[in-house]
Amino acid sequence: MGLLDKQFQNGNVLVTSLDTLLNWARLSSLWQMQWGLACCAIEMMATSASNFDIMRFGVIPRATPRQVDVLFVAGTVTLKMASRIKRLYDQMAEPRYVLSMGSCANCGGPYWEHGYHVLKGVDRVIPVDVYVPGCPPRPEALLEGIIKLQEKVRKESLVKKSA
Amino acid sequence: MTAEQVFTSLKAKFGDAVLEAKLDALQPWILVVPERMKEVALFLRDDPAMQFDYLMCLSGMDYNDGKLGVVYHLFSTVHRHKIVLKVQCAKETPHVQSVSAVWGTANWHEREAYDLLGIIFDEHPDLRRILLPDDWGGYPLRKDYRVPEFYNGVKVPY
Amino acid sequence: MNGSKTLLTSYVSQPGEIKTSSGKTLRTDEMIINMGPQHPSTHGVLRLEIVVDGEIIVDVIPHIGYLHRCFEKHAEHMTNYQQVIPYADRMDYVAAMNMEQGYAVAMERMLKIEVPERVEYIRVIMAELQRIASHLVAVGTFGIDAGAFTPFLYAFHDRERILDLFEMTCGARLLYNYVWVGGLSHDLPPQFIDKAKEFCKYYRPRIKEFNDLLTYNEIFVKRTANVGVLPKDVAINYACSGPMLRASGVNWDLRRDDPYSVYDRFEWEPQVGKGEMGTVGDTWDRHIVRMREIEQSVNIIEQALAGIPEGNVQAAIPKRIRPERGEIYARTEAPRGEIGYYIVSDGSTTPFRVKARSPAFVNLSVLPEISRGAMLADLVLIAAGVDIVLGEVDR
Repeated sequence: MGLLDKQFQNGNVLVTSLDTLLNWARLSSLWQMQWGLACCAIEMMATSASNFDIMRFGVIPRATPRQVDVLFVAGTVTLKMASRIKRLYDQMAEPRYVLSMGSCANCGGPYWEHGYHVLKGVDRVIPVDVYVPGCPPRPEALLEGIIKLQEKVRKESLVKKSA
Repeated sequence: MTAEQVFTSLKAKFGDAVLEAKLDALQPWILVVPERMKEVALFLRDDPAMQFDYLMCLSGMDYNDGKLGVVYHLFSTVHRHKIVLKVQCAKETPHVQSVSAVWGTANWHEREAYDLLGIIFDEHPDLRRILLPDDWGGYPLRKDYRVPEFYNGVKVPY
Repeated sequence: MNGSKTLLTSYVSQPGEIKTSSGKTLRTDEMIINMGPQHPSTHGVLRLEIVVDGEIIVDVIPHIGYLHRCFEKHAEHMTNYQQVIPYADRMDYVAAMNMEQGYAVAMERMLKIEVPERVEYIRVIMAELQRIASHLVAVGTFGIDAGAFTPFLYAFHDRERILDLFEMTCGARLLYNYVWVGGLSHDLPPQFIDKAKEFCKYYRPRIKEFNDLLTYNEIFVKRTANVGVLPKDVAINYACSGPMLRASGVNWDLRRDDPYSVYDRFEWEPQVGKGEMGTVGDTWDRHIVRMREIEQSVNIIEQALAGIPEGNVQAAIPKRIRPERGEIYARTEAPRGEIGYYIVSDGSTTPFRVKARSPAFVNLSVLPEISRGAMLADLVLIAAGVDIVLGEVDR
């Protein structure tokens, strides 16, 4: 869609579809839940610090699940924590997205073989939209994950039901 | 004080409660009867020549021959010496006297040994699971542990 | 009572009662507040069950285990002692080099291996760089918990430069698999020494800037002085270690007092809390001990860079690790305290038992003792001052 100010040659009138406008508003302000589980949380904190600056993508950390759009599952999910994640996900208001960050949240990670208390992938309890691989993923990888999520949001439609 | 001096001193005071010692290992250890661990611990902490006031580590062990055990690594901040104590008990009756009244740090270490190995510490003020959920079945660090297939509806293995 | 003592005594006549201005007595009740596994403090998944009487804390019951990742079970199933190193990394993910070094020191004592001098010097440089990075995370998040967001950005900006150095050497920013039993996985790249010297020169004035911003800030001092006082004998009975113990006035540092590696060749001093802004052993003391330790680490790094010898870092790595039957307990100084590994070998190439005694687990057990009587808002800072990393607490 481009920057808004470039559209204003013809007397401050903007013509677009409702879908595009709504999706653009949603993807530019994906508020995240300020929450991290394990090592990937440190990389998530580094991404929100000044060197990589996640806030320029519109991603602001909020403390409560009621006010967020996207949940970054950053770190290993254990069986003790799994029920709490499900409860947090249920508290989010739609439209809500989940970004699974790191190997442990994707598939169990390095603990897949003998981890009796590790949930082998957070998609066993909640539906995931984007998987970011890495152990831990670099901040640039997490930013790419967010951009992929933004592209997914861009293609949504009010009429057609998405997953 | 060397390990040998600690051993002779304990043997003199407690007689049968102190079973044996392996003094030629890299870190010499002394084997104690599990039912009298607390009095031995109190003596080691309070005796002026010993003063083992710092419990560095308390580890549960599964010896894979039908016996469980606990290993205590003690250190004295006053005299700067160390000693290792061990207790062993049968897997069917894994009872060891708790030392949480002697060293405050033993409280959580013993809860962890109970949680992961099933060693029951008598006279512990609050013996319940610490790392695993309260409704977990079994003791994972035992050598004969089998991973459950499902836990609360979630599939556990890969 | 520990903690803030001034306001309480004038309003509360005895526990469970409040006297109103007209002289009547109101009965109060206790309430249980859950500071759940998800909370905006960035210390990870810790659950605190707080029993409060109004604003005053009666008891705190920590519930842990939300990040129990079965380190000890994995260690028993690895085919090789070297394969335990990546799992040791992930225990305390903020101080991974120190975790690896602890395991390597324990194994080398058990196998009686002498590592080359160059390896020891590089390990010291990496461990001290990691100590600075870990303390920066600790003080940065401590600032956020107190409400100050800017020090976090300053701390992480400097931390990125340290992570650049690590990435230059071994390719990873956070979890390295670098310190192996008997040596290191990679030697230093040629430009490392100059870049590290540049970092040390750049960073010294930044410590003073950070102190001016946060440590001596009047609001921060008022919030942390006299809060969460840990007396010396309680600290030793609860086996606290690291900055928690040193802040209570105990001059004890494993690098000097239970020596390992080549720390005795450098001039540095363990930092002890003196109660400059309040009582000895309060939260401000723990903070200033960490800030001064950062400065001492920069000293150590500069001295090590000046004297690093030549050598082959992989010369002493054994091809096959098969220790004799036996066991060892060895401890080293991680940024959070004493990390100890109790390793039992049954004569095969697989470890029989590896128990990791983590400093944060032991330091956290003293939290109920130091927070009774504090206000609810102080508990956040007390918990942050203990500096826990849940990966290490739960292993």
